[in-house]
Amino acid sequence: MEKRVILDQQYFGITLNRLAAQLIENHQDFENTALIGLQPRGINVLTRLKKILEKELGKEILCGQLDITFYRDDFRRRDTPIIPSVTNIDFIIENKNIVLIDDVLFSGRTIRSGLDALLAFGRPNKVELLAFVDRRFERHLPIQPDYSGKTVDTLSSQRVSVEWEEIEGEDKVILYTQEKTDE
Amino acid sequence: MNNLSVDHLIGIKDLTKEDIEIIFKTADSFKQVINRPIKKVPSLRDITIANLFFENSTRTRLSFELAEKRLSADVVNFSAASSSVKKGETLVDTVNNILSMKVDMVVMRHSSPGAAKFLSERIGAAVVNAGDGTHEHPTQALLDSYSIREQHGEDFNGRKVVIVGDISHSRVALSNIYCLQKLGAEVMVCGPTTLIPKHIDKLGVKVEHDLRTALEWCDVANMLRIQLERQDIKYFPSLREYSMLYGLNKEILDSLSKKITVMHPGPINRGVEITSDVADSDQSIILQQVENGVAIRMAVIYLLASKIKRQ
Repeated sequence: MEKRVILDQQYFGITLNRLAAQLIENHQDFENTALIGLQPRGINVLTRLKKILEKELGKEILCGQLDITFYRDDFRRRDTPIIPSVTNIDFIIENKNIVLIDDVLFSGRTIRSGLDALLAFGRPNKVELLAFVDRRFERHLPIQPDYSGKTVDTLSSQRVSVEWEEIEGEDKVILYTQEKTDE
Repeated sequence: MNNLSVDHLIGIKDLTKEDIEIIFKTADSFKQVINRPIKKVPSLRDITIANLFFENSTRTRLSFELAEKRLSADVVNFSAASSSVKKGETLVDTVNNILSMKVDMVVMRHSSPGAAKFLSERIGAAVVNAGDGTHEHPTQALLDSYSIREQHGEDFNGRKVVIVGDISHSRVALSNIYCLQKLGAEVMVCGPTTLIPKHIDKLGVKVEHDLRTALEWCDVANMLRIQLERQDIKYFPSLREYSMLYGLNKEILDSLSKKITVMHPGPINRGVEITSDVADSDQSIILQQVENGVAIRMAVIYLLASKIKRQ
């Protein structure tokens, strides 16, 4: 497996700050806005953004965690079922502006499930999508991000992994490429 | 591995500790789901489940049906009282006829021990045992242990549970013994000699005939119902005497040196195995058990359904 860093520590921080700034631009003081991270890895993006936004705005931002396991469209197509993570939305989303947050946007299927799962909690006023990495050209569904940290052109055989200081030891985005084998 | 080691849920005896833990973990998520404004998930949209109840049931049947509907499965119900079983059709024929209508899973209660296993070996659908005679009632045991876990924490090691009452005729008792022991808890059974099977100590459970001693020993007491419908002869002189010796009342409960948790699988015979003030006290988790029942059954059905591969 070939490994290439496509976003290093320095640019990682810059990107997060830019996303936070864009969110403030559109949502001002977050009066009626809540951020919802998708389990499991969207939560990492959410946690960081929340920290930046709260420092910037000096107030607490409404945040939730959403697990989409039961809404996936590949149930019974996988070899082993996914054990769900925690869903934690302790506020009413009715009429709120919601920003769904995930680390990598690929086929768009997770987001579709996320929208389904979200609607089980009520009818938001507006839903936006923030993806830390957008693998464009790989979509299976007509879903595009409103905010994207880094846009990359990848092959479906490649894999993009967002690593975090608090988990993997360093902030970076890595692109993995399967090495070619002679046929 | 997130997969169950079994394709059918016949009894707790066939499950591993890991299986039970996967079921509990999945049930945690379903418990969140059933406490939301919209209590439904679309996971089992393409699964059809037949609930075959050859024996009476209110709670279990409702609980299974709710669990199935909250997973968005299609459900067909069948009760023996109003069916062709009365006309002499065999179990396998009845079920095969239902399966030809493209059913993926069967939830069955039957008065014969082993009926679920018999069926699982003969039909091409996943089978969930909802009670087979005096043999096992796996989902009840799972929800009982799950309720204990909720009260006392995930670690069952050293946890002491006493099962009081009609052990001989109880499938709940047998399944509970297997489940609690697999999780690491210590189990005691308590009741009159006539209602405790002779060699039950071979299962590694303690046997006690005095209720107070048993209650002093335990953290959790599971009070079973006297199953008069399964008792063909008299096992004790009178219900009044049983209730005096083995009924749990507020007086005994308050006189114990520690606060124990009181459980009952239902239906309760108030004033026989448990008095009303105990059943409605804050030490009783009878209604939590019922709520957890739906979450546990959702988890079991979800995990078994994930093993039915789509064509």
